[in-house]
Amino acid sequence: MKQRTVLSTLPSDSHSWNLVYLQLLLEELGHEVINVGTCVPIDVLIKKCHESRPNNLVISSVNGHGHLDGMKMILAMKKYPMLKGIRVVIGGKLGTQGCDSKDYAEKLLRAGFDAVFSEKEIPEFISLMNEDTKNNNQKIAL
Amino acid sequence: MIYNFSDYINEMKRANKLVVQPRMGFGTLDKMKQGLLAVANCNAPTIGTLTLDSYTRVNDFISPKIALDSHQEINGFPIVTHGAIATRELLDGIVADKFAVQVRHGTALPVEIIKVLLAAGINATEGGPISYCLPYSRLPIENAISAWATCCELLASSREKGIINHLESFAGCMLGQLCPPSLLLALGILEGIFFKRHGLVSVSLSYAQGPSAEQDLSALAALHVLANEYLSDIDWHIVVYTYMGVFPKTIAGASEIIKTSAQIAKIGNAQRLIVKTPAEAFRIPTIEENVKSLELAYSASKNLENNNNLAIDLEEQEIIYHQARFLVESVLDLHCSLNKGLQIAFKKGYLDVPYCLHQNNKNLTRSVIDSRGYLQWAETGNLPFSQDYLNDFSKRKIPITSDGFLFMLGFVQHKYDNVKSE
Repeated sequence: MKQRTVLSTLPSDSHSWNLVYLQLLLEELGHEVINVGTCVPIDVLIKKCHESRPNNLVISSVNGHGHLDGMKMILAMKKYPMLKGIRVVIGGKLGTQGCDSKDYAEKLLRAGFDAVFSEKEIPEFISLMNEDTKNNNQKIAL
Repeated sequence: MIYNFSDYINEMKRANKLVVQPRMGFGTLDKMKQGLLAVANCNAPTIGTLTLDSYTRVNDFISPKIALDSHQEINGFPIVTHGAIATRELLDGIVADKFAVQVRHGTALPVEIIKVLLAAGINATEGGPISYCLPYSRLPIENAISAWATCCELLASSREKGIINHLESFAGCMLGQLCPPSLLLALGILEGIFFKRHGLVSVSLSYAQGPSAEQDLSALAALHVLANEYLSDIDWHIVVYTYMGVFPKTIAGASEIIKTSAQIAKIGNAQRLIVKTPAEAFRIPTIEENVKSLELAYSASKNLENNNNLAIDLEEQEIIYHQARFLVESVLDLHCSLNKGLQIAFKKGYLDVPYCLHQNNKNLTRSVIDSRGYLQWAETGNLPFSQDYLNDFSKRKIPITSDGFLFMLGFVQHKYDNVKSE
């Protein structure tokens, strides 16, 4: 089944090349991509997830605030049980100090992300995106 | 006391010196002051920069306070959170001869920022209704146009007190990379006209270094002609940016691209250069790294004899000039109010930035890097060009894949990193 993926960045992040690239990549993997664009407020993102019931939510952030804003986002998302089945992943440059995003991975995973990728882990990202999700939302929708 | 920005630029122009300026912003007052002092005292003619943080950029003035209170680093100077008085004190504390500063922010709705910077005694900033909306904001262009009109009028109103405020259009850096030069020029000229119509008398037009130095010099020559045509009744200069896209990762490659940008700026008759640092590819640079880069760039701008290979491609200059002028005229023809004309232009796709995800951008155009390293149109969407304005390359339509796209994103990085490792 074709996977539907919402692709987005976080409220304070204005970078878009990562999103343009990931959209092309995910489309080539056969995903239907909803690209929400730059500087996305968390409530807009949550609304988009309710509307489009995606299999995946892919967050890409490279401005260094990703570990802070990503944490806010995942905690906000937890308040909506209908979004529970979505596979939520985050990646990019998540801190300002040039550390590998893995440094933040543990906290973000504990908070509820299904995977955290550094900017070098595109192959790992691709193989996860090739795996089907067991999406409860889709079942409800059927 | 902060010196007047445009006075400084014009003095350096008469002295035939390229002014260099960092992109620099720190969260705390102390660190910001250290940074500005270091720039003021570095061995080159400089302008100081206060780059604002990305929370302030989206008019969130609370998050910087929370971050600073808990000693979290933020990626710029939160001018509104610190306020005009503290900022003015910071600047008054910088004892340096003829030191001008510019606030750089990236905000689509900057009224609050402009009020605070004016109250702090700062006389230069940058941005524009298109260039700070399309790449950075989710807001409709319409809102940014009306906010920027207000900002221009605020900036212009200081003339009653005998103060000339300067505003730079950021349009020549649209998305940082992969925007064909003719569109960069057209957007810059249109923002320049917008600033002028809203009362500014001192502006600058930006141009970001691209994948080819020859194409850059051709574009800068075309930009001079266009600026003379449209802005001859006000004070203007050209500011070049060291490459704004994916940056070389080796020290040698980064130094080389910085030097090249300085030479392009000098040969291309720009008055000012916004300089990057070799740390750019990895993290926010330190003060020392910024100072070193400014000195490297300035010194490269004085040593041009080794670079006879940098030359204008006249045929390319013609193409860029005619495409840009055609776009500008097409937009000016749409409506007597440029505020309206810009909105209609994006709606019709007469202005359309390749790969830009903003809701008001049609995103039908595509660009590609050709075998000479020139940025070319791969797809012109609804841009109103007649076929006469396109070269043979651009008449072909080239599909863009994720690998191809990644190649183009990294083209400049690899070009400079590889040259040095050979």
